[in-house]
Amino acid sequence: MINKILTGTFFKGVLVINAIMVLLPVFFLLNSSLRETGSFSANPIELARDPQWSNFSQVWADGEFPIFLKNSLIITLGSLVFILIFALGAGFILGRYDFKGNSFIYGFVLTGMLIPAKLAVLPLFIQLKWMHLIDTHLGLILVYASGALPAAIFIMAGFFRSLPADIDSAARIDGASEFQLLRLILAPLVRPGMAIVAIYSAIPIWNDFFLPLVFLQSPEKKTIMQGLTLFFGEYSSQWGVLFAGLTIAALPLIILYLLLSEQFIKGLTAGAVKG
Amino acid sequence: MFLSPGLLTILVFTSIPALTILSYAFFKWTGFQREGFAGLDNFQRLFRFPWRDQFFAALSHNIIVFIAIMVIQTSLGILIAYSLYRLKRGQRFFRTVTFLPVIFSLVIVGYMWQVMLNSYFGPINKILTDIGLESWAQPWLGQSSTALPTLVFINLWRWVGFPAIIFLAGLNAISSDFIEAAQIDGAKEGQVFRKILFPLLAPSMTIITVLTFIGAFEWFDLPYIIGGSVGSPAGATDTLALMFYRLSFGSADSVSNDIGVGSALGVIIFIIVGVGAAVGSNLMRKREVEL
Repeated sequence: MINKILTGTFFKGVLVINAIMVLLPVFFLLNSSLRETGSFSANPIELARDPQWSNFSQVWADGEFPIFLKNSLIITLGSLVFILIFALGAGFILGRYDFKGNSFIYGFVLTGMLIPAKLAVLPLFIQLKWMHLIDTHLGLILVYASGALPAAIFIMAGFFRSLPADIDSAARIDGASEFQLLRLILAPLVRPGMAIVAIYSAIPIWNDFFLPLVFLQSPEKKTIMQGLTLFFGEYSSQWGVLFAGLTIAALPLIILYLLLSEQFIKGLTAGAVKG
Repeated sequence: MFLSPGLLTILVFTSIPALTILSYAFFKWTGFQREGFAGLDNFQRLFRFPWRDQFFAALSHNIIVFIAIMVIQTSLGILIAYSLYRLKRGQRFFRTVTFLPVIFSLVIVGYMWQVMLNSYFGPINKILTDIGLESWAQPWLGQSSTALPTLVFINLWRWVGFPAIIFLAGLNAISSDFIEAAQIDGAKEGQVFRKILFPLLAPSMTIITVLTFIGAFEWFDLPYIIGGSVGSPAGATDTLALMFYRLSFGSADSVSNDIGVGSALGVIIFIIVGVGAAVGSNLMRKREVEL
């Protein structure tokens, strides 16, 4: 009996310690964003009793930060449009029809998933240059779409396959075209799949550092994660402002995550759980 | 018509570039300009001065990181997953907290920890000093001996929730019949875990191992954000992907790039990751069946 209580306490202790390990640095980040820069040298850990909201206005007034945020938003949403529309179409065909070459196309999509994207950057760089897409948002959007599409198509094909075949026949008897069938009848039914695909693709794109580093050069085109590296260099001695900048970059996702944690967890582990 | 836009995008922006990098490795390059056929010259140059030493140092870091992540992160992941699995109330809260760091950008995680580990003004050293462990306070990221282990720790902070959630899903998928049957037979909790739950987690273990392998041998973002493209301090955090980046696009201390050698290195990373992941998942699938 005592043993049982002890083991119970042990496993609860694991969770509590884990929660503290996760939350303390996050709290440190948020708290420090409201502290006056001068106060850090005296004591690095201290509650921000007198919140310095001016840290945030200083970040905003810096001028580049809002541009970086806007760029990240354009790139993330732009990629999402391509990914969702293309994956909807391809998933519809692969999940609803049996035809010759079906398994070949599956194989092709699968290899797309296995290719380490980081290593393709060198030829991609030269290819984008040749296509006049280097240092453009569109180029980056297409590369992101291509990277996320294989998994997105798989997820969507799975959702399409799970719908009963009778729906299609009924719609066709009523004279619906394939496009109407997809748009009016099936698309609303696979909405949960679209949500998973959206989270699965959007979070890594928003957070990505590597591809913008390689493909974007003009300062006014950079994304927020790339912009942070400039910002970090510029304000390395002004900790209050520095943390305010990090907070602005981190907060949108934290808030979304707290609102939609179930969908986030499902979406971000989508590639791994089904396997 | 529905199918082609998606497939075309993948073809143009993933498949073709991935195939062309194979060909790049066999050509001579000046800057971004391709010249004559080079045979295996690029590969030979990779294994001569000065690349040879860099290559093996970076490779050893990738291997250390893979092993460290597998051992520490995976076992902690299982421990957290099982603790969550046992919990009857409040599971949702702890699950949300556990997964929280995974949504953070590595840029934010990297900078946050860089400041926290700052030798003079950072809270970590301050705490150590305050509790009387002054001798432990050190420039964690600034000295060769601790830089790589510290990066592994930061990686752990950011990632451990991922395997935890995968293993939790694996545990939840196990039929409660097995567990009840074992309990009726008088099995203790530890025995149930070792003999029933752990073996049945094998599919999750395969996925985590393969993903960790790929992640460890393409490790770039965190070392780049904290140590720059040269793996500061003194190359202590250099990785194959960083070296590939330097060779492809140049770096702070050698501006010119060398696409030939870079592509040769790319092909080698490609082979390590591809072969490793394929062989690993096959071996583990077999083991799964035996279990």
